[in-house]
Amino acid sequence: MSRFLAFLRKEFYHIFRDPRTRIILFGIPIAQLMLFGYVMTNEVRNVKVAIVDHSKDDLSKRLSQQLLSSGFFQLAAIPSSESDYESLFRSGKVKEIVVFEPDFAINLIKEGKANIQVLADASEPNAAQLTVNYTTAIVNNFVKNELMKNQVLPGINIKVRMLFNENMRDAYNFIPGLIAVILMLISAMMTAITIAREKEMGTMEILLASPLKPIQIILGKVVPYMILSIVSALVVLALGMLVFNVPVIGSFALLLAEILLYIFLALTLGILISTFVDSQLTAMAISGFVLMLPSILLSGFIFPVKNMPIPLQIVANLMPPRWFIEINRTVMLKGGGLNEIWPNTLVLMGMSALFIFISIRKFKIRLQ
Amino acid sequence: MVRLNWVCPEKSNSNSGSNMIEVKDIHKQYGDTVALEKISLSVDKGELFGLIGPDGAGKTSLMRILMSLLLPDGGSASMNGLDVVTDYKKVRTITGYMPGRFSLYPDLTVEENLRFFATVFGTTIQENYHLIKDIYQQIEPFKTRRAGKLSGGMKQKLALSCALIHKPEILILDEPTTGVDAVSRKEFWEMLKRLKEMGITILVSTPYMDEASMCDRIALIQEGHLMSVATPQAMIKAFSEDLWVVRTKKIYPTAKHLGQLPSLISVNSIGQVLHLVTPRGKHSVESISQFLFQNDETEVSVEPAEATIEDVFILLMNNRKSKS
Repeated sequence: MSRFLAFLRKEFYHIFRDPRTRIILFGIPIAQLMLFGYVMTNEVRNVKVAIVDHSKDDLSKRLSQQLLSSGFFQLAAIPSSESDYESLFRSGKVKEIVVFEPDFAINLIKEGKANIQVLADASEPNAAQLTVNYTTAIVNNFVKNELMKNQVLPGINIKVRMLFNENMRDAYNFIPGLIAVILMLISAMMTAITIAREKEMGTMEILLASPLKPIQIILGKVVPYMILSIVSALVVLALGMLVFNVPVIGSFALLLAEILLYIFLALTLGILISTFVDSQLTAMAISGFVLMLPSILLSGFIFPVKNMPIPLQIVANLMPPRWFIEINRTVMLKGGGLNEIWPNTLVLMGMSALFIFISIRKFKIRLQ
Repeated sequence: MVRLNWVCPEKSNSNSGSNMIEVKDIHKQYGDTVALEKISLSVDKGELFGLIGPDGAGKTSLMRILMSLLLPDGGSASMNGLDVVTDYKKVRTITGYMPGRFSLYPDLTVEENLRFFATVFGTTIQENYHLIKDIYQQIEPFKTRRAGKLSGGMKQKLALSCALIHKPEILILDEPTTGVDAVSRKEFWEMLKRLKEMGITILVSTPYMDEASMCDRIALIQEGHLMSVATPQAMIKAFSEDLWVVRTKKIYPTAKHLGQLPSLISVNSIGQVLHLVTPRGKHSVESISQFLFQNDETEVSVEPAEATIEDVFILLMNNRKSKS
């Protein structure tokens, strides 16, 4: 036991003395949280618009006011002529221009129909689509509330409720996903790198020539990263709940248990990778490109798995995060329990068992 | 476990039980390249045994097989009676090993490295401090320094301390003096001598022929072949040809001329001089001087000399080449 503790202490020296390890362990989770939280947001906020009001009547002014006071838009320019539009877009001063036709109010009241032209900068298609959707929604709302107060129109009134995420908050999507990605990074990548480092530096030769058992070497490598991964998971979870107000509706204990299982899986994957590689660089490349990118892109974190072509769906199903993100969403957002997530849990358990099995078969008690 | 103790013919009269390292017909190859070809040797208890040979001779492979880090393709080896394949766990506890490359943790301090290896082997620094005292005292002033920031000589001392801290019966050192300055190399060999006096059996490899004389016995190894095993003195005594040291200002042209000497065996530049080998009794100082004079070599001196281990090695190597 004292051997094992000595090994653990050595590992913590490595972790806290290597700047590269520190960056991966503490820098990347925070950077990713900030990136997904504040930069890569799909929400519309303070989009710069220009409003051209050729009518300047009471209705057009009130509608303009409504747009600008919604919080989604910010008035950036009032172009005097149509020739300014292009330069405004090109310079990036505005992302959208709303044009009211002459006699807007008169047309609307007399003919029941009036035109608003919406121009959007579609060089960023997703943003343009979102902006236009928000604009349309505000206009429709205005028409309904201001003009048809007492009228009953025939037709179907669609009432939409976005369940589990009523306000379509991005954080609800990225916090469960980010936990999966960050844990994969810390657990799998760091374990693979740290074992590869012993091989690269030749210290593995000394460790093998010592009375340390392979299981002691592996556990000594795994336990420190397990502790750090749990800390990291709790930090991201806490930040998600406190800063981004993501709820945990389901059982918190169940969520933690699933996180532990996933960390365990990632660690076994890291050990597996390390049995194949001899240098830190290869370990990093394999965990970085072969593991990180698919686990962000194919896990359902950003793009839904069901929309992928069949071959990619098969690949996606091999990605541990794909199953874990589903668990996270179910427990955190839908309040689901083991009843709903047992198949995913079984998949994660099966993968861990498989990785351990291969690793044990492949771990060498000798060189070569 | 029942083990058949094969008694080597050469050792049949002595106490073969005292052999700490026993290598028998060890064969190892990587793909088509033969690294070790049927090597057999034995090292007595308390002996300082040198494995001498150039890079790629197979020294490291042999040491790794003895350390149970590599599996031999044929033959057997035992350390203090323990088979290195089947009893590898026990072998690993009774041996101290210093690989060819500096293999400590550069980001751990001197003391942390030492304490780590002590604990891993189930002991403490205090318990075996007497063993490493002489060596460790020299680096103790730097014990809070990271191992990666030590000089080459100090790194070797630390590595040796770490290999010794569990009081091994056998010490295996793979080229410990490579890349170390001349003064530190000398110090290092003196440390090995003191360890030997404490009863530790030492197997050490080196590419430096001049270090051979520090060993009790040496094995000359080349391309996986064991060419000779004996004490350095016996090996030099057994040198069966005449050796001449030729001093000249123009090493290369003189060597070229000497290449034409009748019945020449070899001419090699060693350090700043030429070593000329001719069959026993074939030449004299006069005959060689005359030959050089005829070739317009005037500013040269020739004198008979005693062979060095390097001369022995080159002679054996050439004999092997001409045979094959």
